[in-house]
Amino acid sequence: METSVFGIQSDTLMVTALLTGAALVFAALLIARLIAPRSFSVKKAEPYECGIPTRGKSMLQFNAGYYLVAILFLIFDVETVFLFPWATISKSIGSTALLSVGVFLFILILGLAYAWKKGVLKWQ
Amino acid sequence: MYKYNFGTLTTMFDQWLESLMPSWAATTIECVIIGVALLLVYACLAIFYILYERKLCAWFQCRLGPNRVGPWGLLQVFADMFKILIKELISLKDTDKFLFALAPYLIIIASMLVFSNLPWANGLQIVDFNIGVFFMIAASSIGVLGILLAGWSSNNKYTLIGAMRSGAQMISYELSIGLSIMTMVVLAGTMNVSGFVAGQEQGWFLFRGHIPAIIAFIIYLIAATAETNRGPFDLPEAEHELTAGYHTEYSGIHFGFFYLAEYLNLFIVSGIATLVFLGGWMPFHIPGWDGFNAIMDYIPSVIWFLGKAFFISFVIIWFKWTFPRVRIDQMLALEWKYLMPIGMFNLILMTLIVTFGLHF
Repeated sequence: METSVFGIQSDTLMVTALLTGAALVFAALLIARLIAPRSFSVKKAEPYECGIPTRGKSMLQFNAGYYLVAILFLIFDVETVFLFPWATISKSIGSTALLSVGVFLFILILGLAYAWKKGVLKWQ
Repeated sequence: MYKYNFGTLTTMFDQWLESLMPSWAATTIECVIIGVALLLVYACLAIFYILYERKLCAWFQCRLGPNRVGPWGLLQVFADMFKILIKELISLKDTDKFLFALAPYLIIIASMLVFSNLPWANGLQIVDFNIGVFFMIAASSIGVLGILLAGWSSNNKYTLIGAMRSGAQMISYELSIGLSIMTMVVLAGTMNVSGFVAGQEQGWFLFRGHIPAIIAFIIYLIAATAETNRGPFDLPEAEHELTAGYHTEYSGIHFGFFYLAEYLNLFIVSGIATLVFLGGWMPFHIPGWDGFNAIMDYIPSVIWFLGKAFFISFVIIWFKWTFPRVRIDQMLALEWKYLMPIGMFNLILMTLIVTFGLHF
């Protein structure tokens, strides 16, 4: 395990950063709750949207285009996870690395081309 | 001068503290010090960035910008901060209360996690994982969750559209960021942040990596602009279509968190670009010019790091006033049909260059 500032382990420091972020939000909200005015009225609790009264519920089903983008993202993001360890050591394994990852990337690009041809990338 | 290791300072402090009290107490105190330092730097940078952007935007439009409160409008940001703190937090009916409250936490935590990874100077870096660069990409993607939750839980159609656009945009461009950073990881041979900086002592990777490094840098700049929802890619907040995008229903300091994270994310993407392409805190050297290099060495490394990061932020702000806003289909086409394939071929090109030792 790597150590950094003060010789503390990096994972402890990461948790410190995480708690700091949470503490920042919590403290600022606390201050705001103490000094900010509070009032309640039925009109005020309406969604603002664009000013006119809203119609119906808003948590509804949504355009499938976004869903396709998310699926594509999933495929290529997993690819990133696979490629990062290779990228780190590619210098030391030389041309074998190039060949193996070339095949891998070729299959991925084929996948992208297939999605493209199927019209996934076309927005409607 | 630039090589001064802040690690010796912190180790000395650690030893002094350990001699006074048991080890666990010393560690706790150090963690608290780190937390406070993080908060201070985070807040100072946010204040600086708000003023920086407002002034730059004004100058790009031939306006004066904030100039009433304090000299050159310096105190304007403090006034705004205080005002936002004393505004009422409006609670709406039909919102998902838990998710509504959770969203700002996620966004701030994501940016804080990445922020703690940035190298400011030799030894002046808080978290230094052996998979540092990868961790940064992973942690920054938590921010997307916060935006999606904010849009979904608000019970408002505009925020929902804003969040969905933002989600699609951020996850798409994250791939390009990943690919361009991976290209540089091939060149560096390490994912460790301090290793990355140490590898650039002979010259920044932007100059050492030939053409693929320059292509990767350009792809990174475009993707980073989209990732921070800025410039021509500010569709999630397209104000004449969507009111204010995913944070329409947030008020007071709740909104302030989104605002804060937006500016800090601008610094963070600039910081990562500095780290990966422009040598982190390493000074600018020209091989052979010994006198020039010696002068450059006298500039402290923190100033080098901040200067480079501010410069890249300037370029990103510049984009905003140069290009008109793109449509959602154009935005997705740019990523999936251009940047992604180019990024992949660029990765292969970089591997070729590294394998055959063609880089400097």
